[in-house]
Amino acid sequence: MIFGAVEFPPIENVIEWPAFLFKDSDYFAFNKIGLIYGLGFLIPTVIFLLAARGDGLVPRGFRTVAEGIVEFIDTQIVQAAIGPDGRRYMPLLTSLFLFIFLGNITEVIPFFQMPGNARMAAPLVLALIVYATWISVGVKHNGIGYIKEVLVPPGVPKPLYILVTPIEFLSNFLIRPFSHAVRLFANMLAGHILLVTFSVLCIAVFSASALIVVEIGTFSGLLAFTAFEVGVSLIQAFVFTILTAVYIGMALHPSH
Amino acid sequence: MSTLSQVAALAAEATDTAADDLKNANAATGAGFAYGLAAIGPGIGIGYLVGQAVQAMARQPESAGQVQTTMFLGIAFTEALALIGFVVFILLKFV
Repeated sequence: MIFGAVEFPPIENVIEWPAFLFKDSDYFAFNKIGLIYGLGFLIPTVIFLLAARGDGLVPRGFRTVAEGIVEFIDTQIVQAAIGPDGRRYMPLLTSLFLFIFLGNITEVIPFFQMPGNARMAAPLVLALIVYATWISVGVKHNGIGYIKEVLVPPGVPKPLYILVTPIEFLSNFLIRPFSHAVRLFANMLAGHILLVTFSVLCIAVFSASALIVVEIGTFSGLLAFTAFEVGVSLIQAFVFTILTAVYIGMALHPSH
Repeated sequence: MSTLSQVAALAAEATDTAADDLKNANAATGAGFAYGLAAIGPGIGIGYLVGQAVQAMARQPESAGQVQTTMFLGIAFTEALALIGFVVFILLKFV
């Protein structure tokens, strides 16, 4: 087989990175993933701190960037999914969006080339934060009866509650946070594996010199998928944030 | 006696390898089917959803922004099933 040279690396080599700080510790380790999460926290903080300087009558420099981001979150996410009273949740949504986007975009940045969100840790923690947020928002604005309203939706014939209540419980309290986390995680992992597959194919074809013509196809495929993954990073950050906004909106106005 | 036990050990090893091979083959087949079957429904769903969204945008270009946001939401919900199928694939194939 001429393609026998193509050997996909074991999955551990693709998503696990050696620690470069606290190597010998049992509890702490700092590897590339930790670096990506740290940058995802640091870069937005620095941008917004720099943007907050000055009186801002004429926005320029970092302030333009920050205002663009906030404007985007406001019109596309907050107003679309919650409404005017959702401005209170802007900080949460903006930081979620930026953290997730920076964790995703490292997928295509040279020397990182690993989406931080392709490990379950960050998506899971973010999904749990969102889970706690929407439940507490619902209870705060509608009283403890909010849980009852979710589990026993009004306007259903009485005998059907035997069916409806367990389904609502499963879909709202168990499947919702799980699918919220898995959606981001699996998308980034799939994209990462796709890029790895095409890179491995490119290297294998390049080293088999008889097949150098095929390299044109595989390499343009790699380029196309890299561009595609940039889009996926943005859309997944957007989707995670807008789902957060939708959950909060449903907790704020449970009637619709 | 020692020859016999050696033969027995070799046979046991061979059975072990065969069982491992069988398990790996079944896992690979199952993984392929898991992802393939999980992709059918969401594929149809996303196609229908985006088609309808394009139709809505063509009929009412002024509501394109709202339709687009709702479309992304719908895609996210529909896609979740395919992605869970993908996670099952990873679990079957590599774990």
